[in-house]
Amino acid sequence: MHIPDGFIDIPTSAAFAAIAAVGVAASLKGAKSSLDDKTAPLAGLTATFIFAVQMLNFPVAAGTSGHLLGAALATVLVGPYAATLAITIVLLLQALLFADGGLSALGLSVFNMSIIAVWVSYAIFLALKKILPKTKSSITAAAGVAALISVPAAAAGFVLQYAIGANATFSVGAVLTAMVGTHILIGIGEALITMFAVGAVLASRSDLVYGYKGEKASLEIRSAT
Amino acid sequence: MKPKSFLIAGFIASLFLAGVVSFYASSNPDGLEKVAQDIGFSETAKENTNAESALADYGVKGVDNARLSTGLAGIIGVVATGVISTGLFMLVRRKSGDTK
Repeated sequence: MHIPDGFIDIPTSAAFAAIAAVGVAASLKGAKSSLDDKTAPLAGLTATFIFAVQMLNFPVAAGTSGHLLGAALATVLVGPYAATLAITIVLLLQALLFADGGLSALGLSVFNMSIIAVWVSYAIFLALKKILPKTKSSITAAAGVAALISVPAAAAGFVLQYAIGANATFSVGAVLTAMVGTHILIGIGEALITMFAVGAVLASRSDLVYGYKGEKASLEIRSAT
Repeated sequence: MKPKSFLIAGFIASLFLAGVVSFYASSNPDGLEKVAQDIGFSETAKENTNAESALADYGVKGVDNARLSTGLAGIIGVVATGVISTGLFMLVRRKSGDTK
């Protein structure tokens, strides 16, 4: 969903770049609370893994492919602030090194993928975590649902940008239907990869997983009494 | 798993995915590109300002073998992302002496 230069006009791109910059700046501050000597390297690994898996386009429907976005994965592993930073670094490097995504559109993409997708993931993950039993498989399942929804949510962010400042005149309704429909399909792949990766980290180093921390703390309290 | 071996395993997995598996990725347009083509606004896209850069489109300029070119680009990307992101997160983190 890396937006090329030209789809969205410059004033709209600049406005979203400003919003994205505020979000990234807030995340630089917020990430401090979730990153320590142990989890900071995990956040670096998360960004690295997301970069790698974003290269792996999988086929979804006739002539269409998708790839991992990684917002839900990063949110569950390292928390929303560090997730915003991780996805932003990936998007920056992709645009600067690999010409993937336009430089003038970077703010638009950061807004959709590093901010909308991350915070939608976080909200869904938290809500599900509350109602599901306190087990590792619940964390994995909640991450999967968050991943599934985060992709069409990011796609809806693009539709908003299209509605405000498209350089084309096709109907917003048609773009909305096509974008959300296609990205629900991609979201299924996103959910599968996210559940696999979250499951793998929970199995080997559950102590590092941001989304599992509360569970661990309550277990520790019980064992002490 | 020890913290160090966990990180090393994850990094090697990332190198393998970007350096080897990436060659087998689907080359069909992604969701946004396909929607843009189907609806018709793909013509409004401008060529990327970096389109001529040495690593544009996940290939290394001058390396003709497609498998090698994609794989090398992937490895460069993984190392660059690893160094820059870990560096940033280590800078941002709560240092062990800090109070909460």
